Amino acid sequence: MTSTDAAPAKPVPLVTADTRAFWDACAEGALTFQRCAACGHVQFPPRPFCTECRAAGPGTERSAGLGTIHSFTIVHRPPTAAFKADTPYVLALVDFDEGFRLMVNLRGCPPSEARIGLRVCVLFEPLAGGGALPQVRLLVE
Amino acid sequence: MTPVISGAADTAVGRLDGSGCMALHAEAASAALADAGLRADEVDGVLCAYSLAEPHLMLSSVFNEYFGIAPSYSAAVQAGGATACALVMQAAALVRAGICRNVLAVCADNRLTGLGRNGAVAALAEVGHPQFERPYGMSIPAAYALVARRCMHERGVTAEHLAAISVTQRGHARRHPKAQARDPLTMEQALSARMIADPLRLFDCCLVSDGGAALVVSAADAAADHTDRAVSILGYGQMNTHEHAFAMPSLTDFGCRQSAAQAFAMAGLTPADIDVAEIYDSFTITLLAELESIGFFPKGEAGPAILDGALELDGVLPCNTHGGLLSYGHSGAAGGMFHIVEAVRQLRGEAEARQVAGAETAFVHGDGGILSAHCSLILGRA
Ligand SMILES: [Zn+2]
Repeated sequence: MTSTDAAPAKPVPLVTADTRAFWDACAEGALTFQRCAACGHVQFPPRPFCTECRAAGPGTERSAGLGTIHSFTIVHRPPTAAFKADTPYVLALVDFDEGFRLMVNLRGCPPSEARIGLRVCVLFEPLAGGGALPQVRLLVE
Repeated sequence: MTPVISGAADTAVGRLDGSGCMALHAEAASAALADAGLRADEVDGVLCAYSLAEPHLMLSSVFNEYFGIAPSYSAAVQAGGATACALVMQAAALVRAGICRNVLAVCADNRLTGLGRNGAVAALAEVGHPQFERPYGMSIPAAYALVARRCMHERGVTAEHLAAISVTQRGHARRHPKAQARDPLTMEQALSARMIADPLRLFDCCLVSDGGAALVVSAADAAADHTDRAVSILGYGQMNTHEHAFAMPSLTDFGCRQSAAQAFAMAGLTPADIDVAEIYDSFTITLLAELESIGFFPKGEAGPAILDGALELDGVLPCNTHGGLLSYGHSGAAGGMFHIVEAVRQLRGEAEARQVAGAETAFVHGDGGILSAHCSLILGRA
């Protein structure tokens, strides 16, 4: 087999019935989350029920897209060759102001400047096969 | 019927060229049965884990067929690093319920030769959430690095605290003739090793190994007919709080708190009563976070205590006396079982150069996922 230098493709989100609306919103530049009408619980990822009170059909709301870095790491050894060209990259857990948490990459910031507590805002990176992946960049206030 | 551990054994560990997943299972099982003084046809329960190198939907059935036994109870359990402890807990429950007299719990994988290091890293990264983690390039070390960074932020954990864990455990491994990593390791080497996922460096991460281990859990009266070296199962407990890194309820406090509390309550003991601890150490931060969550050290105090020698053989809590996953070896669920095998050897006084003098109680803990699934055991000298 002839080898090529092309990196293997990165994994794309494997969309399910639960999450199709979330990813459709991302494609249009909107970050969404769920809030239960019965008890007010905020949850992510989307599900057809509330994990707190078990009520059906939590409502979907649009996030302002602002959050705070809860923790981060700078990845030097990637999980697969697909991410090798990106190293070192920042992988972070971000607490969005509405009360849900996402794992994302911090973009547009030298890894050495990443800190817990930094304010960030969402951005959307196009995916090869269509759609978009939510990421974050530093918020300039 | 009171359950006891009647037999314990492990295979060689490390790079075992030409090894096979099922052959390692069989080797460990045969040795554990011999240790218990049992014939294969006296086994009426078999518990297996899982394999990355040879995945199968029903690994216990695959093992039974390969080993040539037909137990009346058989199941495979998948709880990551908590699996080995969970197998003992389940075996004890089967014995207590009168369903089984002799349960063989066996784990093995040939990850190093079967998958290779890159293959193992890639296969393990697939535990990441398929939509909300894997597209971001999460690896298992990266997920634990998120924990480490937060523990540094909240608890004052330092790179030196973490390095002291790998250096201490390497010292233990150097006293174990079978350990995979036995080269001397200094603080300087640990602190300057190549970065894997900042702040975790190479020696903060466990090994990838081939190997297997097995235990026999028997009814006390059944064991008494065959061995006088059985070890008591004094307590056990479990807790499962989440699966994925982004869903961790806390990055500094984990379900091992509750699983250990259950085990201690059942045993009627406290952390101060433990003579030797064998605690899951997939990464240095795993062990440090668990030591504090379980209550062996107050919040923020495990790191300084470790720097001060707390985990040495003559320290306040001799820990991972075989070298742990960091230096002894890690071959999937067998990695967690190496901890239990070592506890059994310590309690029997068979740990040779690494024996903790007068060890009568042992605490063993396994965690699977990203500190997600927890299972604790307390064992005692019979
Ligand atoms: Zn609700």
